[in-house]
Amino acid sequence: MTAPVLDLRGIVKVYGKDAVLRGVDLSVAQHEVVVLIGASGSGKSTLLKTVNLLERIDDGQILLSGTDISDPRVDVDRVRARIGVVFQHYNLFPHLSVLNNVALALRQVHNVPKAQADQRGLDLLARIGLADRARDYPDRLSGGQQQRVAIARAIATDPELLLLDEITSALDPQLVGEVLDLVGELKAAGSTIVMATHEIGFARRVADRVVFLADGVVVEQGPPGQVLDDPQQPATREFLARVLR
Amino acid sequence: MQSIPPTSERELARRRYRRGLAQRSIGISLASTVVFAAVMWWVLVRSPGWQVTRDTFFDPGYFAQALPLVAWGLLTNIKVLAVAVVGVALVAVLLAALRSLRGPVFFPLRFVAAAYTDIFRGTPFLIVLYLIGFGVPALGLTEGVIPIELLGTVALVLTYSSYVAEVLRAGIEAVHPSQRLAARSLGLSHYGSLRLVVLPQAVRKVTPALMNDFVSMQKDVGLISVLGAVDAVRAAQIQVAQTYNYTAYVVAGLLFVVFSWPFIRLTDYLTARQQAREQIGGLV
Repeated sequence: MTAPVLDLRGIVKVYGKDAVLRGVDLSVAQHEVVVLIGASGSGKSTLLKTVNLLERIDDGQILLSGTDISDPRVDVDRVRARIGVVFQHYNLFPHLSVLNNVALALRQVHNVPKAQADQRGLDLLARIGLADRARDYPDRLSGGQQQRVAIARAIATDPELLLLDEITSALDPQLVGEVLDLVGELKAAGSTIVMATHEIGFARRVADRVVFLADGVVVEQGPPGQVLDDPQQPATREFLARVLR
Repeated sequence: MQSIPPTSERELARRRYRRGLAQRSIGISLASTVVFAAVMWWVLVRSPGWQVTRDTFFDPGYFAQALPLVAWGLLTNIKVLAVAVVGVALVAVLLAALRSLRGPVFFPLRFVAAAYTDIFRGTPFLIVLYLIGFGVPALGLTEGVIPIELLGTVALVLTYSSYVAEVLRAGIEAVHPSQRLAARSLGLSHYGSLRLVVLPQAVRKVTPALMNDFVSMQKDVGLISVLGAVDAVRAAQIQVAQTYNYTAYVVAGLLFVVFSWPFIRLTDYLTARQQAREQIGGLV
């Protein structure tokens, strides 16, 4: 059996006196889509940030395809180049065209020649239905379009793992669909995804596994049918009752 | 109660490793600083003219003699600077605001503001100083003598307000249009949104550049000595002329640095604090 793409062991993260993560264990297999749910402040976003080494953990171990990336000797830029991230607020580069946003990492990090990187960028933009906006600048696009570009930017380099941090939270309800559909396509194409979201309906549709976080620990996890429809823990039941109301 | 598992041996090892890295880089920077200083000192002391240079530029006796006189002169600089800074701030904000006006109605105002900044940024300060310092009194508009310090202040304001106006304009344009949109949507007028929303953000963005202009202006105050005002530079000049020893210039230079240093450090500190308060940090 091959090593899981991501293996989190006893992750602890403390801000001052606040323990945001108190020993999180989570393993993600290849092609698996794991959806993190939990109240605001339950540590979903922090957990994703620690995986991408944007936050340093205070204890525990992070294995990416078997290598310990929480070891201070690893080259963090090399690690981050293997992981794609999409943020809540898109974080597109406003001074670069849509195409250059998508092709930037290919050219500057992975040293792909310009023509090839641009071609890959155009292919991706065609896939997300924005080929005609390649030369436009991000500010000209709608929120949903910007977020789709951000996803294209994250997957342009074929990362081993894709982290999606509440990517629909800043979007209009009618724009949420187009972004989630794209995530569904990524799953169909075999991406390995860890996703924090408030979209319980989407979690039910796409997740292979739903993980409920509360107070910095994994309270309950399992297939969406089980966790969402027949939760075993009182905390999970309470949370779902609140969000599904 | 939130309990955290006890710290693992793995984490302790990671912390030891990072501490080691930090100590090593501190060591390297210390060592390189010491080596650099030693080399500079060695080159200086071994240069053939070192004895003479030291006696002409770094004489303790002349230093003590020049210090009070130059410091007294610096007081003139500070007075002129204090008034000029206020003038520059007012004129520069006005110019920047004029240049940020939209709509064809305001074309004449925009044009005047642009012409002003173009002319005064292009003209060397010394020329402006001569024109104002000797030209205005020649007009004979007043009965008495116009104080040289006042003329120098006017010249400073003319030149520096054009620099600072451009810096502010860059800051205003760097504030995202959505901020203006949000301000106007609350019912704030063009002026209101500029004053309460756009300018505060603009000034933060360009604080380092503004500090540059401030420090550079503080030094250019010294140029009013060409009009005959006895400021720190002129006081030092007088000392040098009387003693044939250049230590007074070193005194003046030192005083200028000592005077500007607190401002530079203070703004650095304030900007850093601002940034920590308004933006999230993280490792990258």
